[in-house]
Amino acid sequence: MHELSLMDAVRELALEQAALHGAGRIAAITLRVGALAGVEIEALRFAHAVVMANTIADGSRLEIEAVPAECFCAACGQPFAARDGCCDCPLCGRISRELLRGRELQLASLELG
Amino acid sequence: MCVDCNCGQPVAPVIEPPRHLEVGQRLLVHNDAQAAANRDHFAAAGVRVINLLSSPGSGKTALLERLARELAPSSPSVRHPMAVIVGDLATDNDARRLRAAGVPALQITTGQACHLEAAMVHRALHDLAHLGHPLAGLELLVIENVGNLVCPAAFDLGESLRVVLLSVTEGEDKPLKYPATFHSADVVVISKGDLAEACGFDAPLARRHLARVAPQARIVEVSARTGEGFTELLAALSLERVPVAG
Repeated sequence: MHELSLMDAVRELALEQAALHGAGRIAAITLRVGALAGVEIEALRFAHAVVMANTIADGSRLEIEAVPAECFCAACGQPFAARDGCCDCPLCGRISRELLRGRELQLASLELG
Repeated sequence: MCVDCNCGQPVAPVIEPPRHLEVGQRLLVHNDAQAAANRDHFAAAGVRVINLLSSPGSGKTALLERLARELAPSSPSVRHPMAVIVGDLATDNDARRLRAAGVPALQITTGQACHLEAAMVHRALHDLAHLGHPLAGLELLVIENVGNLVCPAAFDLGESLRVVLLSVTEGEDKPLKYPATFHSADVVVISKGDLAEACGFDAPLARRHLARVAPQARIVEVSARTGEGFTELLAALSLERVPVAG
């Protein structure tokens, strides 16, 4: 349940951005979460409600932009979806060592009210 | 008061539409900054740092006890080249075990926290120094993370190498169940090799699974009980011992 720690980091970054832009309220928070970030989305939602209480982000919407894991197969010369984090190319079966995306853990955007 | 039509109504507050702000910032930017500072600190001291991750009970502490024996100084008057920072929710049992094996060990009791963060490691470095074990006197510092195959993976501690342990008693398919953590490993150590036969552990199958979710990792099979595989492990950790001639 490290999602509480992560949401603490979200609050810190979001409040910083709101102050920087003179916003009095945060209406929505969008996070970009990779399939291999090791994060449980439901736990993030639970943590969001708890962590944002009594801040200007209290009652804000939490939106998740899910990023699937994707590898590049050098033999086939094209990317493929690394389902369940498995890096074997579905076309040729070779194992790719090139993970293109899927580890993202970012504050993507905010809706300031 | 309204000045547009002199209607006498109070001025309505201006409601601004919500503004969209692109941020694109890493969530763990503060942890990453502390991890970078730790990494600089380690590099300046010339110490190799391992972040050791596994499920509870995979044999992290036993592995370190054995590693300490392999790296033991030839004379008791020489400082031990290795120290350990141990994270656990409660008790200092692991630190006491390691100290009994002659290894300077500092316990971080995290309470409810399921993982270590870079700032905790930074504080522990100060505590180690106050106990008479400054970084500069070490060859190897191991950070034994909280036993947990999910949460610690997201937190860079500034380590030089991330080592993930898989014990033969956990089954060959564990890597497929926890791909995120195995994806972050530099080295995967298959531990408790002396129990492999009793458990019916299929090592080639485990290696095939690991290749799919940790294609970047070097894989080493060891037994802390018999010492098997430790020469290869030391090589994987860049801690090879040069045999003394004569």
